[in-house]
Amino acid sequence: MTRISVTVDGVRYDDDVEPRTLLVHHLREQLGKVGTVVGCDTSNCGACTVLMSDPDGRLVGVKSCSVLAVQADGREITTIEGLAGPGNTLHPVQRAFHERHALQCGFCTPGMIMAAVDLLSENPDPTDDEIREGLEGNLCRCTGYQNIVRAVRDAAAAAREAGTSAEPEPPTVEAVDAATPDGGLPSEGTPDEAVPQPVP
Amino acid sequence: MIPAPFDYARPSTVEEAVAALADEDAKVLAGGQSLIPLLRLRLAAPTVLVDLAGLDALRGVHSDGDDLVIGAMTTHASVLADPLVNRYAPLLAQATGTVADRQVRHRGTLGGSLAHADPAGDLPAVAVALDATLEIAGAGGRRGVPAADFFVDYLTTALEPGEVLTSIRLPKRGEGWSTRYEKFNRTAQGWAIVGVAAAVRRENGGIAEARVALTNMGTRPVRAAAVESALTGASADAETVRAAAGHAAEGAEPTGDLSASAEYRSHLARVLTERAILAALGQAHAA
Repeated sequence: MTRISVTVDGVRYDDDVEPRTLLVHHLREQLGKVGTVVGCDTSNCGACTVLMSDPDGRLVGVKSCSVLAVQADGREITTIEGLAGPGNTLHPVQRAFHERHALQCGFCTPGMIMAAVDLLSENPDPTDDEIREGLEGNLCRCTGYQNIVRAVRDAAAAAREAGTSAEPEPPTVEAVDAATPDGGLPSEGTPDEAVPQPVP
Repeated sequence: MIPAPFDYARPSTVEEAVAALADEDAKVLAGGQSLIPLLRLRLAAPTVLVDLAGLDALRGVHSDGDDLVIGAMTTHASVLADPLVNRYAPLLAQATGTVADRQVRHRGTLGGSLAHADPAGDLPAVAVALDATLEIAGAGGRRGVPAADFFVDYLTTALEPGEVLTSIRLPKRGEGWSTRYEKFNRTAQGWAIVGVAAAVRRENGGIAEARVALTNMGTRPVRAAAVESALTGASADAETVRAAAGHAAEGAEPTGDLSASAEYRSHLARVLTERAILAALGQAHAA
């Protein structure tokens, strides 16, 4: 086992992990961050996309099924669960996906949103072609791409109008507490059926 | 799928990394974008993974006289954003921009991609076209291997067990040179069915020098020597380029697979070579 320390959605977690543990499994099964899903298991589909800090501290999109948990040691991670602002106000990209109905079955949505946030952090005013190119690492098996592209375009415009970056603000401790009083972990007394169970 | 168990080492110097690779089934972990999928499919089962992420000296690009030196652990995203690369080796930036997708480019590294030596990978052909030297450290000291000798076979390089690729040295090609990487694939984030890395230097309206290398036209990158000699000293017009590109598949031994037959790959090599050179010369190709 290897000791790692990872800050996820504003909360620091210290854990012992097997070196072969994939980051996505660590997030879901150890930290209860089940908003991040496993899609293809072959690093094609991008459903497991999260933001992770690079060595320079910049948050960038990565496929968490293709990162070992040990590689995330000392890094900061934002998952779909950490995107909303204080009081659970939706992030501009989340709001645009909602308003544009940019999902059908919804399985690709967490990864699609995180990839869009990553794209807009580098290119706040992308053309439709740049959006499609920028999201090429994410597959929607319902083929609902049209509305996804519209949503990303809207989110970019909304973020520019608001004069804010589409990059997520680091969540405040208060916001994290309000959103997940137990930091995302099941607490004593939580009924079992309310706790998302990891898929083996 | 979950990888088979392995031990994990995270050295902080090249010497420590080389020492950690002493076990014959040890494997270097760079960005992991090729290796981790292979581990998960259990096509690779090393005893020890030696993670180079702690070696800060292996990241970044610097200028060294007439050369550009790129640390092996520099990510594709960093290569793409680097002003020195864009100025002195734009071909590398063009090809890197076609690698996989944004997420993979954030994690994958230039060194990892070259050391993995996938025939469909885009960067080995660029290394060959640009006369890169691959700088290697091992228990016996350091050595440099020209790209032409580095790629030995399918997924096989001149790296010996226990050696680490530390940096990639490229002669600067700025003023006078223009370049293009042309790639054909059928799907988003797809591997190259064939790719062409082309660099030309113009002088007095003609072509003074040309470098052309091909991706996925064999088990290792192929230098299109017949195209280069047909272009050298020739005029930079579309007819000359088309005639030269007709030699692109000469000497290559492409394989056939589900994506393309060998004959189709040869056809693509000719067509993409013409497009790449015309684009490098600033001329649109005739459709």
